[in-house]
Amino acid sequence: MWMYFFKRLGHGIPVLLTVATLTFGIMHLVPGGPFDTEKKLPPEIIANIEAKYHLDKPVWHQYLLYMKQILQGDMGPSYKYVGRDVSDIILEAFPVSLVLGLCAVLVTLGLGIPFGVLSAARQNSWIDHSCIFAATLGISLPSFVLGALLILLFSHQWHLLPPALWEGPRHVILPAFALGAGFAGYIARLTRSTVVEVLGADYIRTARAKGLSETRVLLKHALSNSITPIVSVMGPLTAGLVTGSFVIEFIFSVPGMGNFFITAVTNRDYPLIMGVTLVYAVLIVLANIVVDLVYMKLDPRISLAGTKV
Amino acid sequence: MMFTKMQLPSKLSAIFLLGLAVCAVFAPWVAPYSYETQDTLKTLALPDGTHWMGTDQLGRDVFSRMIYGAQTSLFIGVFTTLIAVVIGTVYGAVSGYVGGRTDNVMMRIVDVVFALPDLLMIILIMVVLGRGLWGIFLALTLVSWVTVARLVRGEVLRIKEFAYIEAARAIGASHGRIVFHEILPNIWGVLIVTLTFRIPVAILAESTLSFIGLGIAPPSSSWGTLANDGWTALKFYPHLILFPSLAIFLTILSFNFLGEGLRDRLDPRKLRS
Repeated sequence: MWMYFFKRLGHGIPVLLTVATLTFGIMHLVPGGPFDTEKKLPPEIIANIEAKYHLDKPVWHQYLLYMKQILQGDMGPSYKYVGRDVSDIILEAFPVSLVLGLCAVLVTLGLGIPFGVLSAARQNSWIDHSCIFAATLGISLPSFVLGALLILLFSHQWHLLPPALWEGPRHVILPAFALGAGFAGYIARLTRSTVVEVLGADYIRTARAKGLSETRVLLKHALSNSITPIVSVMGPLTAGLVTGSFVIEFIFSVPGMGNFFITAVTNRDYPLIMGVTLVYAVLIVLANIVVDLVYMKLDPRISLAGTKV
Repeated sequence: MMFTKMQLPSKLSAIFLLGLAVCAVFAPWVAPYSYETQDTLKTLALPDGTHWMGTDQLGRDVFSRMIYGAQTSLFIGVFTTLIAVVIGTVYGAVSGYVGGRTDNVMMRIVDVVFALPDLLMIILIMVVLGRGLWGIFLALTLVSWVTVARLVRGEVLRIKEFAYIEAARAIGASHGRIVFHEILPNIWGVLIVTLTFRIPVAILAESTLSFIGLGIAPPSSSWGTLANDGWTALKFYPHLILFPSLAIFLTILSFNFLGEGLRDRLDPRKLRS
């Protein structure tokens, strides 16, 4: 198990290195710098600024400095938030996004699994058809449309929940729902198809023959055996939540990583863009490793040696 | 005929998308006003007889802007996906057919593009290319071909083991002939289904980026920028965000329904099961 973990981690490192190199390259290809202003600055000041941020050194030197810094966990000072380090900003914003993301996962699974099971249990009935239809609607609804709709109804119309900011549990509800609901459609469809498949298996017939109630057959035998495919999509789901957070944190003014990323892109704050991108890359690589490990624990048929990376 | 055998939602979707495409192509004739004509006496008007969807902050007709927005959104959605499918098909076919070391190297490149989520990659590429129609066009194309490449490679790997391919080789068919005449015709169904499902993904990416202010730059507009205009006036003039949101939603929904209808008819993997 641990061997496999470290092996996977070993495979993740080249990916991270490539991402770091690519982001560095991208940021140095861009036209225009963060200190381009309308007003012409005196050359001494420009020289000072460039010396402070190492912009006067050759590119390869900047690259080495950058790599060395990253390995030390130091991502340098932000260009736009003067006096703040990128790592400080990320340390502050990451927990916010993490809470939002976890709550969104709860919404996704909390909506997706029950409706998927219900759909499978009443296969081809009107309940099933409406669940599938609703799932397709949910998949097609952009999260910013859902977010705007929620704000319009719950904040402006009924004054039930706050439309923006991040100041307590009440502020989590709307963004978490807007972020998580879209993925619930995928989970519902996936759950439905796997439960339908499992329900056709022999051991389900045995369970029924023993006289178990239909609810028990469904929840204990069918659902617990359909959980593995759901686990396997948690990797892509993490990636989806990351990109989803750009929009949702923007709409709800949540001070998380997504919001900082968007602002950094608008401001051409390169160190912050690179820092956030790297954290996302680490997060996604780790999520995929964890998913694989859980997957193997759940399904002993998948052998350690046979898994391709 | 394929159309007559599809389910009702898929049929309705096909008709809706066809109508939308006609409106977008013939926008100057369909739209009652130009997209930039301002009626300064009538700003932020509610929908009525003269302005079917009301007017925006600058007194421009929302209905006309919606039709021109459809031009941008559909253009980006359809053409980036088409190009991505062509590139992905050639790349995946070569990778899968040649196999061995070439395949390994080609797939490593795909893996790197795959490592980060699409939208994040698109934003990073657009930081270099700059905002605007062509920036987003290129960024979307650069990111979306990898999914197709993986899919096509898998199909080619499967098909090249069939006996008839061996037969073709035995009678001396060239590699190009085998790939383009023997293998690819067998996966065109899968490709059409993929195309249909990838177009809404591209449309969603464009509108999302434009909505958060990183996509299409003013003065050109897409449904995403229109939704952003509406977003700033959400509290008092909700009709401004309603129409672009509805258009994006219905278009994505229609492509998804159409894709499901086509998959039921065309995808051999679905037919086998």
